[in-house]
Amino acid sequence: MTLTDRIATTVSWLIALFACIYLLTPLIITVIVSFTSSTVYTLPPPDWSLRWYESMARKPDLLAALWLSVNLAVISTVVALVVGTLASLAIVRGRFRGREALATFTVSPLMMPGLVIGVALLQFFRELGLRDAYWSLLLAHIVITLPYVVRTLVAALEKFDFSLIDAAQTLGLPYPKAILKVLVPGLAPAFLTSGMFAFLASMDNYPISIFLTDAWNKTLPIKMLQYLEEAPDPTIAAISTGLIALALVALIVGSRTVGLNRMIQ
Amino acid sequence: MSHAAAKTASPAGRTRDPFLLLAVPSLLLLGMLFALPIAFLLLKSFRDADGALSVAGYIAFFSDPYMLTALRRTIVIAFETTLLTLVLGYPTAFALARARGFVQTCILIAMILPLSVGVIVKAFAWSIVFRSDGVINKTLLGLGIIDEPLRLLFTETALVIGAANIFLPFMVLPIYAVIRQINPNLGPAAATLGAGPFFRFFRVTLPLTLPGVVAGAAFVFSMAVSMYVIPNLIVGERSQMLSMLIARSFLYLRDEQMGSTMSAVLLVIAAMIVIASSIILKRLSGRQA
Repeated sequence: MTLTDRIATTVSWLIALFACIYLLTPLIITVIVSFTSSTVYTLPPPDWSLRWYESMARKPDLLAALWLSVNLAVISTVVALVVGTLASLAIVRGRFRGREALATFTVSPLMMPGLVIGVALLQFFRELGLRDAYWSLLLAHIVITLPYVVRTLVAALEKFDFSLIDAAQTLGLPYPKAILKVLVPGLAPAFLTSGMFAFLASMDNYPISIFLTDAWNKTLPIKMLQYLEEAPDPTIAAISTGLIALALVALIVGSRTVGLNRMIQ
Repeated sequence: MSHAAAKTASPAGRTRDPFLLLAVPSLLLLGMLFALPIAFLLLKSFRDADGALSVAGYIAFFSDPYMLTALRRTIVIAFETTLLTLVLGYPTAFALARARGFVQTCILIAMILPLSVGVIVKAFAWSIVFRSDGVINKTLLGLGIIDEPLRLLFTETALVIGAANIFLPFMVLPIYAVIRQINPNLGPAAATLGAGPFFRFFRVTLPLTLPGVVAGAAFVFSMAVSMYVIPNLIVGERSQMLSMLIARSFLYLRDEQMGSTMSAVLLVIAAMIVIASSIILKRLSGRQA
């Protein structure tokens, strides 16, 4: 290693260290603020307290929004996993023309401005006469989650050795059982990670949902932003700290079962 | 009749791939809920209030200095955000690839954990940091570097710092994925052949990692150009971006004509990024093959 190499390596480590601190800054701020005794966001907090965690329980509309968001995220992720896996199989195993176009098309909602998709769906549903906010939101959230599943599963299927299924059949397993015993377990890590990212994308979506809600169906991000604009107290920080803790647990479980490196592929 | 039946059973008919059927549910869903609504929106941007075909919306958009300023600001901020994530993300991806064990786990958690926290929460946390009585001002005042608080919140610099923070993992991860596929012996091999560090970086490392850079930059730019929540919380009404004007025209002003036109402009920018990046990526993979 020459001196230049050594300098380059040191600099890249220093930038990485800075990047990690930079990435975690908003999370650390949120956690600290959630334990403040003050009603405003002063840093460092004048004293510590759990009052914002208690106040969380007294905000039924926030909890209702959390419930709606979880409901939408779970259902849309399950639908996306089923439909997306089928599409990924078609993309990887099919021999028809336009497979690449199909792959680009199914992943493209990810790269398109969410706000524009929201506006387009708003006008489209109105034209069709679909006025039910819950169903509009659910259909929109399938569009949000599907690309995550297809992106991950196409990559996983491209690495999957399909001769294993033939081998299982040679050893006497009927075709459906071979799929169930060989293909499904082989894809389990891909299901887990794509499901997780799809779920998070749905939970976090604001720009599409904002056009499709009504007074009774507000998702968590919409309610949170509204809350921050109207009466900003650290209750939001308390809720977020709870979500960060959940995510940390999910990550630790993920790193033990799938491995962090496989999760981000 | 039997003639037609015989035709479908012919070899030409059998070439129809059964795997195509598996794609039907996705095609139907995305066709109905994504392609059709967007086509409808584009069509609407070419109609005037009476429904007649016209480009009046576009003429109004491109002749309004306020709109052009917003358009330029949107592109500049997206570009600066992408640049900041690249400057921080490229070396970080190398450090991540070189790290082992515990250190690698720590960097990976720093990348993934923020993805699980909502954009609203992160943007709001940054607005706390940038307040005039926030951490930065208190530190600088305490150290005696400044005499009075700097105005940080509501500035475009604050917006770029906040946005780059939220999009940084999407730059690091694709570059990291590409670095992991590079043969680690290439660098030393080039060195043995007498290549200096700069030659090795620009002729070996950089070209090999370029696909990751292009993928990451395209993703970050396309997200930054259409971000809505982050500018809403960090700069507010002070400097409008295109996405905020779109939301305003649909949610408050009910000016759907202008809203549709602005949406179409934003859509074209995003589509251009996708198309350009896929062409560049195809060229890059063709060159290496």
